[in-house]
Amino acid sequence: MYNLIMVRYSEIALKGKNRSFFEKILISNIKHSLKGLENYRVLKEHGRVYVEFEPKDYEEVIVRVKKIFGIVSLSPVVRVANDMDEIYKVSLIQAKKVLENNKYKTFKIEARRGNKSFEYKSPEIARMVGGYILSNIDELNVDVHNPDFSVNVEVRNSTYVFTEKIDCFGGMPYRSAGKAMLLLSGGIDSPVAGFLMGKRGLEIEAVHYHSYPFTSERAKEKVMDLAKILSKYFGRLRIHSINILEIQKQINENCPSEEMTILSRVFMMKLAEKLAEKNSCKALVTGESLGQVASQTIEGLNVTNSSVKLPVFRPLIAMDKIEIIRVAENIGSFETSILPFEDCCTVFLPDRVVTKPKLEKIERSLSLLDVEKLIDDALENIETQIFHPEDL
Amino acid sequence: MEKKMEVYLDNAATTKPNKEIKDIVNNSFDELYANPSSLHTLGVRVEREIKEVKKIILKDLSSSDGKMIFTSGGTESNNLAIKGAVNAYKRLGKHIITTEFEHKSILNTVGSLEDEGFKVTYIKPNSNGLIELNDIISAIQKDTILVSIMFVNNEIGTLQPIKEIGKYLSTLKNKPIFHVDGVQAFMKMKINVEELNIDLFSFSAHKIHALKGLGGLYVKKGIRIKPLMFGGQQENSLRPGTENTIGIFALKNAVLDFIKNRENYYNNVKELKRAFVNSITSELSDVYINGDFSKASPYIVNIAFVGVKGEVLLHYLEMKKIYVSTGSACNSKTKSFSYVLHAINVPDKLKEGSIRFSFSKFTTKNEIKYALDEIIFRVNEYRSMMKNGKK
Repeated sequence: MYNLIMVRYSEIALKGKNRSFFEKILISNIKHSLKGLENYRVLKEHGRVYVEFEPKDYEEVIVRVKKIFGIVSLSPVVRVANDMDEIYKVSLIQAKKVLENNKYKTFKIEARRGNKSFEYKSPEIARMVGGYILSNIDELNVDVHNPDFSVNVEVRNSTYVFTEKIDCFGGMPYRSAGKAMLLLSGGIDSPVAGFLMGKRGLEIEAVHYHSYPFTSERAKEKVMDLAKILSKYFGRLRIHSINILEIQKQINENCPSEEMTILSRVFMMKLAEKLAEKNSCKALVTGESLGQVASQTIEGLNVTNSSVKLPVFRPLIAMDKIEIIRVAENIGSFETSILPFEDCCTVFLPDRVVTKPKLEKIERSLSLLDVEKLIDDALENIETQIFHPEDL
Repeated sequence: MEKKMEVYLDNAATTKPNKEIKDIVNNSFDELYANPSSLHTLGVRVEREIKEVKKIILKDLSSSDGKMIFTSGGTESNNLAIKGAVNAYKRLGKHIITTEFEHKSILNTVGSLEDEGFKVTYIKPNSNGLIELNDIISAIQKDTILVSIMFVNNEIGTLQPIKEIGKYLSTLKNKPIFHVDGVQAFMKMKINVEELNIDLFSFSAHKIHALKGLGGLYVKKGIRIKPLMFGGQQENSLRPGTENTIGIFALKNAVLDFIKNRENYYNNVKELKRAFVNSITSELSDVYINGDFSKASPYIVNIAFVGVKGEVLLHYLEMKKIYVSTGSACNSKTKSFSYVLHAINVPDKLKEGSIRFSFSKFTTKNEIKYALDEIIFRVNEYRSMMKNGKK
């Protein structure tokens, strides 16, 4: 049973003078994810991070650390002293372990000598360890070009031996790029948008709109469930719920019916911006994807864009639905997103919606409403919750 | 109405358990906790109690020599009745008759049998929500082995002509098995299985103020069914598994209460429903009762409010602690209307505004009055709001 994993990060390593800033955040995020376990330690050494833990927590540690943004891959490793006999012994055990579960025929040794005071060079280490394994296991051959598996030997202050490499999300450490407000609906897209921006290091706070009692409690629950799923990756997620029924009623009463959707979106953006300012968020994030629905045309995006001053990040803008669904399945939000509870009210939906709204026309419609008052009133009754991974 | 009251009008979904059941549950922790299959006295006592409950129910169903099998609920009873019967009699034929607006636990069970090669005829109810005997007569084939019809429809409350159907079936040479889903009727009205020529009768405990997780199936003497599950000797091996003893003790309380007060409850609820419907139809325009009001259980009424979305009205009412049910949920992508209303040809614009109100022995005049005020106010408000929308 392992008690150590090696964590690799790539993009952070390219940073110059700011590198330690990113590393610090990454390490703190790893520590945060391990909360609740006993006797774990997170150590940094030569562009790698090592996590030490109790052998019984091995699987749990993998599950938790795998989700942390900024990590490219990780490997469960065995640490031994820089001594060839030790290295032989543990490499053989590791190779045998792989063969227990697989019918492999060929292997190779990948040796890296980071520690230049070690007496053998990398190719020598590879040759020696390979020879040792060959002489101890029949039926196994070396294939340096296309091996069935590799035994990695990395000589640093100690020597690390591993055979497995678990790919992770990559990206940048969460909270290393400031904070943004995500417009989170119960759909497939917005959780994915939040995930992708979080993966670039943005801290995410979310806002969700509903029109209870025109929409159901279950629709709200569904969004909260999505928020909980996102919190698995972020460590925590703060989410605000705002009831926009009064706004929709006013639009319904005073504005052309085909503008219902686009006008609702304008209000959602404006409300999100207000909230963003209150919570020191420097951008908005939406799940908009060009041409996906009537309000996500270039004209529609123009309208929603010009209703706010903050930059709007739309990570899905160029993605196909299929690609988006693949990410949603991957992060575990898809199943929840497709539950049949709608968070936007269908009651007011007209048969025909405007697909190419003209800015001046929309502004004329807005001038029929007391926009400031509607926004302030909606913000009066805001509900805020904070979710953590353990809430799932 | 100043006082904040709670009005539960979703009794067709489930009912509030009787208060006395709390003590009964306690007692099964303290005394009657043994396994009825055990050989020792403790077990024997529990077994005796279970037998007594069965006897009470069989007697109320007017069966002199039938069997009572306890199951986990209405769904399992329906599954056991249908699959159990066709598996026992499939040598005699492969044809089943049921209706388009049965509960899903019937429809999906016969649906699964269709995949296994059985033929199913689904009788369409008329627009009053009633099955017509003539349609059954013309659907009967030489190899019809099972007819399954519900006693009371769970969404619109209409009473099916069980007596006529049973009588007709009993005259046939190759008499099919007659199964009746009695979940919404059990105990609420007096049912005589012998007189109605019923072979199999399903019921559920939680619809009559007992607990969830228990149901039953009455099996007429001489009718064979095959079990769905295999295990011990319980229920003549037709339904193995340790009995839900707590549920059975609770059911006893609920059953005795109904046997004693059935007429009273029935008449009170009937009066409440009449007043409720009168009020709604006189105070509001464009409302329709789904299903024939005169041939329905007093415990259920289904009303269509034109121009209103059922689910929205439901949420408005829940804000006032009034709980109802609708067969149509708001969904922009799929129009998810009730298949029951669809079967009785209710037009779409009525379907989407249909609400089921279902009463119980606990429902009071005051509650109804409070609910009426709220319903009438909300429907009017909603309609005027939608009218003001700019087209």
